[in-house]
Amino acid sequence: MSEATAPGQAPVEVRFRGGGFAPKANRWAGAVVFALAIAFVEWGTRAGWISALTLPRPSDVLGVFVELWQSGLLFKHLAPSLSRLVVGAAIGASFGVTLGILIGLFSHVRAALVPVVAAIFPIPKIALLPLFVIWFGIDEGSKYALIAFGTFTPTVVATYGAVDNVDRSLIRMGQSFGLSWRSIVLKIVLPGAMPGILSGLRISLAIAIILLVAAEMLGAEYGIGAYILEAGALYDLERLFAGVVILSLLGVVVSSAIGQIEKRLLGWRS
Amino acid sequence: MDIRLDAISHAYGGTEVLRDISLEVPTGRIVCLVGPSGCGKSTLLRFIGGLERPSAGRVLQLGSPPEGCLNPLTYVFQDFALLPWRTVRGNVSLVLEDHGIRGARADAIIADVLARTRLTDFGRALPKQLSGGMKQRVAIARALAVNPAVMLMDEPLSALDAQTRELLMDDLVGLWARQPFTAVYVTHNLAEAVRLGHRIAVLSRRPGRIREVVEIDKPLAERGYADPELEAARQHLWTLMREEARAADEELIDV
Repeated sequence: MSEATAPGQAPVEVRFRGGGFAPKANRWAGAVVFALAIAFVEWGTRAGWISALTLPRPSDVLGVFVELWQSGLLFKHLAPSLSRLVVGAAIGASFGVTLGILIGLFSHVRAALVPVVAAIFPIPKIALLPLFVIWFGIDEGSKYALIAFGTFTPTVVATYGAVDNVDRSLIRMGQSFGLSWRSIVLKIVLPGAMPGILSGLRISLAIAIILLVAAEMLGAEYGIGAYILEAGALYDLERLFAGVVILSLLGVVVSSAIGQIEKRLLGWRS
Repeated sequence: MDIRLDAISHAYGGTEVLRDISLEVPTGRIVCLVGPSGCGKSTLLRFIGGLERPSAGRVLQLGSPPEGCLNPLTYVFQDFALLPWRTVRGNVSLVLEDHGIRGARADAIIADVLARTRLTDFGRALPKQLSGGMKQRVAIARALAVNPAVMLMDEPLSALDAQTRELLMDDLVGLWARQPFTAVYVTHNLAEAVRLGHRIAVLSRRPGRIREVVEIDKPLAERGYADPELEAARQHLWTLMREEARAADEELIDV
């Protein structure tokens, strides 16, 4: 110490070495990456060093999109897909949340059902489509069932994990004030598990969109999935990509909708 | 309503935690339980409120709780245990809702307890906006709302910094002076014990037994910061605890 303060030695400013490791919101970076990637492909396909067989030209995909819009076919495909998605995901998520809470609350249910859930989680639900067609018919029933089944398992797992993570001291507090079992579940366990349930729902709904295409493999005339499969069968890359872009946009919309719900319901989180 | 602990012993598995504890908690007094860490004082408090069951012995209520008492044995926890998704008002109303108290009646009770804990202006705030001291005051307001016969306070000031602790001690003394309440107050802080306790039970290290019960007769309102009489009591308690605390500190935790 004494040498450092000795006369004749200039003071040195302490080097800053903190900072970083703190993600900041930047709403434009994502859009810029998208725009650059699309511009790159457009340039490549126009210049000829990306062949038309490898990737469609983005401007052509846009053209297909405009055509879909103008002919009204877009909504003809979108409407049945959306209703399948909404109905299937609603059934799957509500069963999943209910069962997840039961597993979280009752040891017997947990002992009985956790192995079952673990057994059906890794089954590719697409493989069961023929079975669902037999059980629920070739019409909407099998499509709802496939999407519901696919959303169900991740929702269950996320929900009972969320219930497990509810602060036990809050439950203890509820008991110490003589709150009824029902009140403890409704006013302490459920709101406490909400963050985990919602982040589970993010994953489940993305899976629902994936399964939408699979569900429309059999017995669907209209629907985004049917449209993509048809284009794929014909190697019509422009239409294939137009369909895929619609699914992507759907994913973005669903994700931001959950973001809004989180903002509204989970404003209490610090 | 008095509380009597009748020969309570407890063991977790093979580990004996408490041995033959008998203690009286008379109405209108604050009984402090002090002891080295791991001596089972918090466990004892959980027995008193019925959150856990002792292996042997009984906790007895003598007399009936006062009129209008919604929850005779009411806890104040070290970690506050506030619902983070409810406002200050919501946290207080939580414990009233189950008794069917809503609307104007609930508003009156909430306004009263928030005024008593000086929180009237913060009714709409969420716990995340409050300081530690305010959170604990909300928890105290919530406990007061059910008009308890006995308050069971589990190290209520231990999660707070030293200044806040002093302020909140003054608040507790003020609350008691206006309307004497019965309390069992668990702490490892001897300054809190001599400031707030009418009766202080010193527990030994595990297995916890009562080493001595110290009575402090000086009225709460007259006990000031760094009072020589209290300092002497604190000295006495510390000589009782010193060796125990050291031995407890050097014990291996086997769980």
